[in-house]
Amino acid sequence: MYPFTYVRGDDRQAAVALAAEPGTEFLAGGTDMLQLLKDEVRRPRRLVEITSLSGMSEISSGPQGLRLGALARMADVADHPAVRDEYPVISQALLASASPQVRNMATIGGNLLQRTRCAYFRDTAMPCNRREPGSGCSAIDGENRLHAVLGGSDHCIATHASDLAVALVACDAVVVVTGPSGEQRIKLEDLHLLPGETPEKETVLQPGDLITAVEVPPLAFARRSLYRKVRDRASFEFALAAAAVALDIDGGTIRQARVALGGVGTKPWRSHEAEKALTGAKLETASFEKAAAAALAAARPLHQNGFKIILAQRTLIRALLTVGA
Amino acid sequence: MTTTIGAPLNRIDARLKVTGAARYSAEMPVKNVAHAVLIQSTIANGRIADIDTAAAEQSPGVLLVMTHRNAPKLGGKQKSVQQPGEDYPLLQDDAIHYNGQHIGVLVAETFEAATHAARLVTVRYDEDKSVVRLGQVLDKLAVPQHFRGGARLPDSSRGNPDQEFVAAPVKIDQTYQTPIEHHNPLEPHAVIAVWTGDELVVFHSSQSVAGSHKTIAGHLGISDDKVRTVSHFIGGGFGSKGSTWPHVTIAAMAARIVNRPVKLVLTRRQMYTSNGFRPQTRQHLRLGADRDGRLIALRHDSLSHTASFGEWVEPCGLSTEIMYSCPNLGVSHRVAPTDTGIPTFMRAPGEASGMFALESAMDELAEALAIDPLELRLRNYAEQDEHEKLPWSSKSLKQCYERGAAAFGWNKRERQPGSMRNGDLFVGWGMASATYPMNRSKASATVRLQADGRAIVQCATQDIGTGTYTIIAQVAADAIGLPVERVTVQIGDSNFPEAPVSGGSQTAASVTPAVDAASRDIRKQLVDLATTGSFKGLRSEDLDVVDGAVVVKSDPSRRAEIGTLLAGRDALTATKGAEPGDEKKQFSMHSFGAHFVEVHVDPELGEVRVARYVGAFAAGRVLNAKTARSQIIGGIVYGLGMALTEETDLDHRSGRVLNGNIAEYLVPVHADVPDIEVILIEEQDPHVNPLGVKGMGELPMVGVAGAVANAVFHATGKRIRYLPIRPDKLLRTA
Repeated sequence: MYPFTYVRGDDRQAAVALAAEPGTEFLAGGTDMLQLLKDEVRRPRRLVEITSLSGMSEISSGPQGLRLGALARMADVADHPAVRDEYPVISQALLASASPQVRNMATIGGNLLQRTRCAYFRDTAMPCNRREPGSGCSAIDGENRLHAVLGGSDHCIATHASDLAVALVACDAVVVVTGPSGEQRIKLEDLHLLPGETPEKETVLQPGDLITAVEVPPLAFARRSLYRKVRDRASFEFALAAAAVALDIDGGTIRQARVALGGVGTKPWRSHEAEKALTGAKLETASFEKAAAAALAAARPLHQNGFKIILAQRTLIRALLTVGA
Repeated sequence: MTTTIGAPLNRIDARLKVTGAARYSAEMPVKNVAHAVLIQSTIANGRIADIDTAAAEQSPGVLLVMTHRNAPKLGGKQKSVQQPGEDYPLLQDDAIHYNGQHIGVLVAETFEAATHAARLVTVRYDEDKSVVRLGQVLDKLAVPQHFRGGARLPDSSRGNPDQEFVAAPVKIDQTYQTPIEHHNPLEPHAVIAVWTGDELVVFHSSQSVAGSHKTIAGHLGISDDKVRTVSHFIGGGFGSKGSTWPHVTIAAMAARIVNRPVKLVLTRRQMYTSNGFRPQTRQHLRLGADRDGRLIALRHDSLSHTASFGEWVEPCGLSTEIMYSCPNLGVSHRVAPTDTGIPTFMRAPGEASGMFALESAMDELAEALAIDPLELRLRNYAEQDEHEKLPWSSKSLKQCYERGAAAFGWNKRERQPGSMRNGDLFVGWGMASATYPMNRSKASATVRLQADGRAIVQCATQDIGTGTYTIIAQVAADAIGLPVERVTVQIGDSNFPEAPVSGGSQTAASVTPAVDAASRDIRKQLVDLATTGSFKGLRSEDLDVVDGAVVVKSDPSRRAEIGTLLAGRDALTATKGAEPGDEKKQFSMHSFGAHFVEVHVDPELGEVRVARYVGAFAAGRVLNAKTARSQIIGGIVYGLGMALTEETDLDHRSGRVLNGNIAEYLVPVHADVPDIEVILIEEQDPHVNPLGVKGMGELPMVGVAGAVANAVFHATGKRIRYLPIRPDKLLRTA
C-alpha cells in the first residue's frame, strides 16, 4: 500500500473541492477500495472519507419514484419495504451480491463504481490497459473464462462486476452527481463507458464528481420484475451471467419490457434489442427466445468464455419465464 | 471408573480459542520484533538481471533488504528433511524457477513500512520461455525418482492387465483430470524467528515441529539442538504446513542479520506461491469387466507435474491397488517438470484425486452394465488386500455401504439417468467408496504426575485443528485413572519428546500409544508407591487408580489421594516411546467409508447444488465422537469444494496465479453445504496399534468428488471428467 493522507469529509462541497485535486479519491464503505489500495492497483495520494456526509444515506419512495442515497448501505436498500415491493429486481440483485458482511458495509454509490474483478487488472505484475494504458490486454489471449462477451474491444474485455447496476439500469435509474461545476443528473445507462480504445476511462465522471443519490423513476410494472444470477458457487460470487427483467403484461401480450444483463458486458448491459423484440410480442417461450437471441446478437466470444453466450440467453429466458408466469 | 475415551468431549482448548486467548504463531508475545515482507518474482523462468534495492533501503524504517546478492550462503544445504526430493530456492542465486518465487525479503520497523518498501524494489529479468501446465510437458514425462520418499513403487502390476483388458467383454476407457488446488488454511503461514546467541527459537505455524527444527537447522548449517520450533495452535494446514517452506528459513536468516526477532506472515496472495499445492493430474482409467460387472482388468495410469527444482508426485493410483477385487491390475505414475512451484501433500494426496477417477470410472461401468452402482461395488468387494496379499486387520466397508444406503434411502433410486425430479430441477443420486491407509510412526511422550493430583503430558506433536489436545487428555486420563479435567496437555514444541508430522492422518495412531504407555507407567508407579505407603502389605494387583486416587479393589472406600502418596516428592515422571512393529507384514490396514449424495441440477443453467449428504465411515476406534464427527464434516466440505468450485487459475504464459485470494479461489460457502449426516461405525481392531485407532483426517474427503460427479451424471446423463464441475462444463457437455 502506498502512503496516502486521509481526510474526513464533513461537508459535501468541501469534500468535492478536495477530491477535484489530482491524486484524490473518495472512500465510502471501502469494501472494494481497500482491496485496490492493498494490491496497489490504485495509488491515491489522498483519500476523502465521505461516510459522515449528511443527507446521503436516506432511502425514500413516493410518486416520484425511488431515491437511494449514495451512502445507503446495500443491506438497508435490499431490505427496504418499498424496494422489496415495488422494485423486487433491485432487492434481489442486492441480495445476490457479495455476503451479508459486505452488504452491511458497502454503499450504493460505491457499488456502482466498483472496479472489475479481471485478475489482470488486479495484479500490478501483469499488463492491463485499463490499469496502465498502453501496456496491453493480458486477458484477450489469456485466461478469459470470466470475461465479457458484450462491449469488449481489442484493448479490454473486463466484465463489469456490479449486480445492482444491472438491476438499476433496467429500471432507467439516474445518478445524481455533485461536482465542482454543480449538480447534474446522468442516466445510469450513460454513466459507464465502453472500453473502446481508452479502457482506463470507466465513467463519464470528472475529478471531484460525487454521486450523491440514485433515482429510480416510477415504473408500475417493476412490481413484476426479477433478477436471476448464475454463478460458480451458491453465494458470495460474481455472476457468470445474470438477467434483470421487468414485464408489463396485458393478457397474453407484452406491452413493455425492461431487460439488462450482468456478468457478460463490459458495462451494466441494458438490452434495448431484447426489449424491442419483446414489445408487443406474445407472452410465450418463443418470444423470450427471440429476445434472448437479440440480446446476445452482438456477442463476441473468446476462447474460454463462449459458453456465456448460451448461458446468458438461457438465464434471460428463465428470468422472463419466471416473471411472466 | 468412567471412561472418557470415545466420549463426545468438547475440545479442551475450546474456551481458549473462542475467547482469543489461544495464541497462534504470529501472536506470540515477543518483544522488539521487526517485520519482514517477502519480495517475489513476477516471471516463471529465467534469471534476475538486476535488482535495484536503493529506493527500498532509503525508505523510512527499513532495516534490511536481503536478496541473493547479500543473503548468507547456506553451503548448498537447501534440502528439506521432510520432502527429500526438493532443493528449495533460498535466495542463494539469481535463478527464477516459478512465478512467485521468493527473491528477497525486506525487514522494517513496522509491517506497513516493510510492505511499502518491498514495493519499491525493482527487478529486471532475463526471461526464458516457460511451461506451466501439465498439457505442455506431456513429452517430458518420466518415471518418478522419489516416489513417496521411496516407500512405495511408482509402478505396480498383478496378473496381466493389458491383455485381459483387451479381452474383456465390457470396457471403460476414459481419462479424468483434476486441476491445481490450494490448501487455504484460514490461518496464514506465519513465523517469528528469535535468536539468542547461537540458539534459535522459531514460532511458526507447523504441522511438524519435530521435523521443522531439523530442516531449519539443516538449511542454516547448525546442529538440530540449536533450533527449537514452537507451534501451540495451528489454524488448519491440510498438508501445506507439513513441510518447512523457504520463508521460515528466510525469516531466521534475516533475524540473524538485523539482530532482532523477525516476524514474517504470508499474505493470502503469497499463500498461493509459497507452500505447495495439489498438482494438476491426468488419469487414464481402463476397466474391463465380465457381463456381471466383475472386474477382470484394471489399469490406472496417472500423470502429474512437479517443479523444475524438485520432485513431488501426486500418487493417484495407490488406492486403486487395494480398493476392489481384480486379478489383473496395473498402476503407474509419471511426472514432468513445469515452471511452477513445487506441489505438496494436500489433504488425501493421491487418494482424493485418484478416487475421483476410479469412482467415476466404476460409475461408468455400472451405467454400461445397467447395474446399480452400489451393487457393482459389492460384486467387486475385496475380501483381502490383493496388492499386498494380506488379510485386512479390520474392514467394515460393507457396513458403511449398508448403513449409509439405509440412511440415505438408496434403494428408492431410479436407475435411469435424468429420471428423478424436484420441480423443474433434475435430481441425481450418486455414491462412492472411501479408503485411506492406516499410517503410524514412532512417537514418544512424557507424563508427569504432580503432588497436586494433576498430570502434565508433553509431546512434540501438534494440534492442527483436529482435536489432538483433547484426545491426548482423554487417553492419559483413562490410562492413569484421572478425571480428564486434571490432565494438562503441552504439545507443539520441538523440545518435547519426538512425534511425527501431523500428516497422513497418523497423529492419533502414532501419539496416543506413546501417551498411553507413559500414562500406564505412571499408574504403575503410583500403585507401587501405594504398596509401600498407604496400603503397605497389599499387592499392586489388589489396587486400582480411580478418579485420581488409589483405591483397594475389594473395598473402594479405602482410598489414598495422590497428594498423600507423593508426600515429599515433586512428581512421578515417565517417558515412553511407541512404534509400529512388523504388524503390517501380517495385516493390511486401511480405513473405509461410503458417500451418498443428492444433487439438484438446473439442466439449462448448469447450476449444481448439493441437497443432501450421508457419509458412513469406519476407522477403528473413535477416541472422541465429537471431534471425529467434526473432522468428517470438514473433510466432506473440503471434498465438495474439490468437486464443484476449487481450481487455481494460472496464466498459461506467465505462470502467474490469477485467483490468489479467497474471493476468487472458490471454497464452499454455507449456501453450498447441506446438512451432512455422519455415521460412525466403530471397529475393534487389535492389530493396528494399542489404541485401535486408524485416523480420520483424510478419509472423509476421499470419494466426495466422485460421488458428486456420479450424482451429476445420474441427474443429467452428462459425465464430467474434469474437476471442478462448473456450469460451463455442463453446458458444453452433450
